[in-house]
Amino acid sequence: MAARLSLIALAILLALVPLFAVSSLTFLAIVYAKSLAVLGIILLLQAGQVSFGHGMFFATGAYTAAFLGRAMGGGGDLALLLVASVGTSLVLGLIVGLFVVRYRYIFFGMLNLAFSMVLYSILEKFFHLTGGSDGLRIRRPTLFGFGFDRGQFDLLLYYVMLVLALAGAYLVWRYLKSPLGQALKAIKTNETRLEYIGLSARSVLLVGYVISAVLCGIGGAGLGLIQGIATPEYTYWTRSSEFVFIAILGGVGHVAGALTGTFVYEAIRTYAAAFVADSWQLILGFVLLAIILKAPTGIVGVFETIAQRRAAARATPANALESANLESMK
Amino acid sequence: MSGAPHSAAAAPRILLEARGIEIRFGGVVAADGIDLDVYEGENLAIIGPNGAGKTTFLNICTGYLRPLAGSVRFNAREITAQPPRTITRLGIARAFQIPQLFSDHTVLENMLLAAAVRQKRWNLLKPLAGIAERDEMIALLELVDCAQYKDKRAGDLPEGHRKLVDIAIALALKPQLLLMDEPTSGVASADKFEVMEILVAALAKAKVSSVFVEHDMDMVQRYANRVAVWSTGKIKRAGPPKEVLEDPEVIRTVIGV
Repeated sequence: MAARLSLIALAILLALVPLFAVSSLTFLAIVYAKSLAVLGIILLLQAGQVSFGHGMFFATGAYTAAFLGRAMGGGGDLALLLVASVGTSLVLGLIVGLFVVRYRYIFFGMLNLAFSMVLYSILEKFFHLTGGSDGLRIRRPTLFGFGFDRGQFDLLLYYVMLVLALAGAYLVWRYLKSPLGQALKAIKTNETRLEYIGLSARSVLLVGYVISAVLCGIGGAGLGLIQGIATPEYTYWTRSSEFVFIAILGGVGHVAGALTGTFVYEAIRTYAAAFVADSWQLILGFVLLAIILKAPTGIVGVFETIAQRRAAARATPANALESANLESMK
Repeated sequence: MSGAPHSAAAAPRILLEARGIEIRFGGVVAADGIDLDVYEGENLAIIGPNGAGKTTFLNICTGYLRPLAGSVRFNAREITAQPPRTITRLGIARAFQIPQLFSDHTVLENMLLAAAVRQKRWNLLKPLAGIAERDEMIALLELVDCAQYKDKRAGDLPEGHRKLVDIAIALALKPQLLLMDEPTSGVASADKFEVMEILVAALAKAKVSSVFVEHDMDMVQRYANRVAVWSTGKIKRAGPPKEVLEDPEVIRTVIGV
C-alpha cells in the first residue's frame, strides 16, 4: 500500500514538473524514452539473457518515425508515428527473435550484436535512402490534426513519453507476474522442467523478446522525435551497451530500475560533462565498478535492502540482527 | 507381451505401447529391441543393474531422446520423437531422479506454473499467484507433505523434499501416465515407505497409471503390480513381482545375491 501511494505521488510529481522546471523538460523526456529501451533489456535479463544489440530496435523505431513522417509530408501524425514504430519493431523483433531465441548467454548476446551491426551498415551505406551517417531528419509532427510550435511540442512530447514510460513499466511489471512472465524467469533456472510441464522455452523467450523489441522501438521513436533526427548511431553497439549499462546501474531485478537507472545515468552524463568536461565516462566507469562490486542489485536493489532492514528492525531487534547477518553472508 | 496385470476377466486397456525400441550411444547399446506395454491403472516397476537402459527408456518415451528404430504409442497415438512438451501435454508427466525445479521460484510458484500451463492461462495481465488452481496446488503439496514449504525458494529445500515437489509438479499436470525415475532416492530411508504409500494412494485416487524405476526390491514388492527386468538394453522378464523377483536368473543378475 505504501509502495502504491509513493508511486502515485511520484507520477503526480513528474506530471507537475512542467509547472516549475520547464528547462529540464527535454532532459526528462530523453530519460523517459531511453528508460523504455532499458526496460526491454531488464525484461530479457529476467530470463538470464543479455542482448548487446537492442539498439537495432531503437533505430527501427526512430527510422520508422523519420520515413513515415517524410512520406506523410509535414512530419506526419504523432500517434500514427508511434503506432507504426510499434508495428515495425514488432515485426523485426519477431524475425530476429526467431533466430536468436535458439541461443543462450554469450551466443545470444553476440548474435544480437551481429544483427544490430548489420542494420548499422545498411543504414550507413545506403545513403540515398537513409541519408548515410548524417541520418534522417524527423520533422515536428501534428497530433490528430493539431499543429504545435516548438514549446508546445516539447510539452506534449514530455507528457506522451512520461505516460508511455510509466505505462510501459506498469505493463511489464504485470507481465512478469503473469504465468508467461514467470515462465520467462524459469528459463534462467530450468529449461528442462519447462519442457516437461509442456512449455517451449524458445516460444516463452520469443514472447519476451518481441515485447522487449517493441519497448525499444517506442523508446527509439521517442528519442528520434525529441532530437528531431534518426542516425545510424541509434543501432551502433555503444548504444546497445549503454542500455545494458543503465540496466545494471538501475537494478536488473525490478522494472523500477529502468527509470531510476536512466535518470541517474543521464544526470551524471549531462552534469558531470558540464563540470569535468571530458571525463564523464571516467566517472560513470567508477560508478559501474562500485555498483557491480558493492551493490549488484543496482540502485533499486539498494533501496529495497534498506527498506527490508528497516521493516525487520521495526519487527524485533533480534530479527534485525539476524537479517543483517544473513545479508552479510550473501 | 508377457505378464499382463490383473488376471481378472476384462483385459485392461493399453496406455503406452513401445515396440522394437533401439538406441546406441557410441558402442553402448542402451535399448536393443524393447517391447513393452503399460496398462491403464497399473504401477509398473522397472528394475535392473546400472547402465541397463532404464532411464534411457523413460527419455525415449518422453521424447527427450529419439530412438534409432522402433515406435512409441500413447493412447494408440504415435508419439515417437515428439518433443517432451507435446508428449507432456498429451498426458505423460515425468518426475526425475535428480529433481528438476525452478529453483528461484517458490515451491508454490513451481506448482502454479505447471497448473497454469495445464489450464492454458496465458493472460499477460493476470498474475500467476491468483490463478484458480491455487487451492488445488496447495492441497497437492499437502499430500506430499511439502505445504509448510510453499513460500520457500525451491532451491533452498532439502534434497528429499525437492524430490517430492518434483513429483508434485508432475501430478499438477493431471497426467494419465506418470513416469518416475527412482521416486524415493534421496528421501530419508525412514520415510521411504510412508512417502511411497502416500504416492501410490494419490495415484490411485487420481486414476494415474505409473512406471517407476526402482532399486529397492522391498518397494517393488510392495507397490508394483507388475515388474519389468532390464538388462543391457533388453527386457529379461516381465510379470507380477512375486514370480519375477523369485526367478533365480533375476536374483543372480539384478538383485545380485
